[in-house]
Amino acid sequence: MKKSFFLPAIAIIALGILLPQFVKVSYFYFAGYIVLQFMILATAWNLLGGYVGYVNFGVGGFFVIGAYTSAVMLLFLKSNIIIAMLAAGILSGALGFGVGYLTIRLRGIFFAIATLALSIIIQMVIVNWHWLGGANGLYIFRPEPFPPFSDYLEFLFALMLFVAFLSVMLVRYIEKSWIGKCFIAIRDTEEASECMGVPTFRLKLLATTLSGFMMGVAGAPFPYYITYLEPYSAMDLLITVNSLAMPLVGGTAHWLGPVIGAILLGGAQQIVSVTISSEWNLLIIGIVLIAFVILAPEGIIGLIQRRRS
Amino acid sequence: MFELVINAIVAGILLGGFYAAITLGLSVSFGMLDVVNIAHPGFIILGGYGVWLLNTSLGLDPVLAGLILSPLFFFIGIGVYLVFYNSFEKRGADSLRGLVFFFGVLFLIEVTLILTFGVDYRLVRAFWIGKSIEVGFVGISLRLFIPFLVGVILTVVLYLFFSRTFLGMITRGVAQDSTAVRLMGANPILAKTIAFGLSIATTSIAGALLISIGPVEPGLGREFIGRVFAVTVLAGMGSISGTLIAAIILGVAESLTATLGGPAWGMAVSFGILLIVLGVKPSGLFRR
Repeated sequence: MKKSFFLPAIAIIALGILLPQFVKVSYFYFAGYIVLQFMILATAWNLLGGYVGYVNFGVGGFFVIGAYTSAVMLLFLKSNIIIAMLAAGILSGALGFGVGYLTIRLRGIFFAIATLALSIIIQMVIVNWHWLGGANGLYIFRPEPFPPFSDYLEFLFALMLFVAFLSVMLVRYIEKSWIGKCFIAIRDTEEASECMGVPTFRLKLLATTLSGFMMGVAGAPFPYYITYLEPYSAMDLLITVNSLAMPLVGGTAHWLGPVIGAILLGGAQQIVSVTISSEWNLLIIGIVLIAFVILAPEGIIGLIQRRRS
Repeated sequence: MFELVINAIVAGILLGGFYAAITLGLSVSFGMLDVVNIAHPGFIILGGYGVWLLNTSLGLDPVLAGLILSPLFFFIGIGVYLVFYNSFEKRGADSLRGLVFFFGVLFLIEVTLILTFGVDYRLVRAFWIGKSIEVGFVGISLRLFIPFLVGVILTVVLYLFFSRTFLGMITRGVAQDSTAVRLMGANPILAKTIAFGLSIATTSIAGALLISIGPVEPGLGREFIGRVFAVTVLAGMGSISGTLIAAIILGVAESLTATLGGPAWGMAVSFGILLIVLGVKPSGLFRR
């Protein structure tokens, strides 16, 4: 475990630092940041949706709480981005903990609608909260870049690369451990697994809290990335659609699924929105999502596994 | 203050009739057929745009335009259900995939509308929009009264359909025990297909009411997800008469909140009610 973690970790950090020395196209980091952000969100969504079987339609709500917590920390408390990310994760994780309590009574569709409702309430609260800029939004200035980075965006990219690595590794670790097996038992039949001694409620709380934490962390650097934060664009339906489309396209049963989905779907979106238009880009995600749900319910990983066997 | 509250309650009851109209279809599809059509509000917005086209090009009355469009929507509904049935229900896929399918449909409708019509607000014209009747100190605007009336009529029609006609009773039978229906020699899939078609047929009428009450833009559907699901659940899944009562409860609650607490909080009411009902009494008020 240790060797398989630290070596890639050092490699990822080195990649984040070295890449800007060679690739100087700033659009690469602009687009890459979004792909990495969705990789974290998709991985976080899959932890709850793919393994435990509870569909979260409120990803935008968790993301926006992360983004606004971090904006407040950066603007009003002059905090460091790392501390802001932790604070964002903790607040969003607390929301996830609360959502975990919903799973006692709400399953399936009702849980999904409740999370959607929750995210719309969060958006309304932020729109009506004048101290947070309300509907007008907040302006955030990026700090000066520091060596070895010549642009702050390059640092944000390296940061997201590392966070994405940590999230994927965490979920991979969970998937391989006894917790992951219990998650799948809950997804298949909750009552039976409870009878077999699986602490279903505590594990569901763990999943919702961790998933919320990761979504909050993914949202935390967003104010620095976008430099103008407002509630409508920060929690667009697109964030939720992407976070669930990517695992479904990649495959929900494996930790690599969301990663593959984020790279393919996220990368394709960045290319389409530059070469064609951002509206057509939305249409394509919708069609890809529906096509995969109907034709390849196991995702790309499922297709590969089927071909092998 | 007193007059303000009475006016708010009257407006809330009228709003409730409209909410019934937009929810009835979902009460059929989600409540009776167990098809989680989260795209229902999307079809309503689609209906609203269809009505807008007929109204601006031919000058048709919006409610009439909605009625004219409803056969077309009936067939759209049948098409959607056949795709859903063949790719999810027949295969016994887990219901969450069906949910994601409808979420994708909702997203697709919104994006298609943005691509064709842009994000501008659209309005319709009719002789009754903008007029109002004064009863004492209570002002009743026709813009709310006509949708209320249509909502009540739609409730009665659907109630009669599901309690008096052969096809309606089969559909209710499917909701209770699909195998028993098949043993009685009826085709449950056909009944479900027609009933789902009907549920989508109501959305063009609901869309006509929506665009009569206020301007419509492609993303509006999302705001109504909370409302329609709150009413369906509060009514007790699949109860047609319960839908009207639950819709009026929501309408009055929203209207009072908007009057007393400020219009910005009106929408939070439906989601609040939804969360409370789901948490406290998920079977709703009028469980059939």
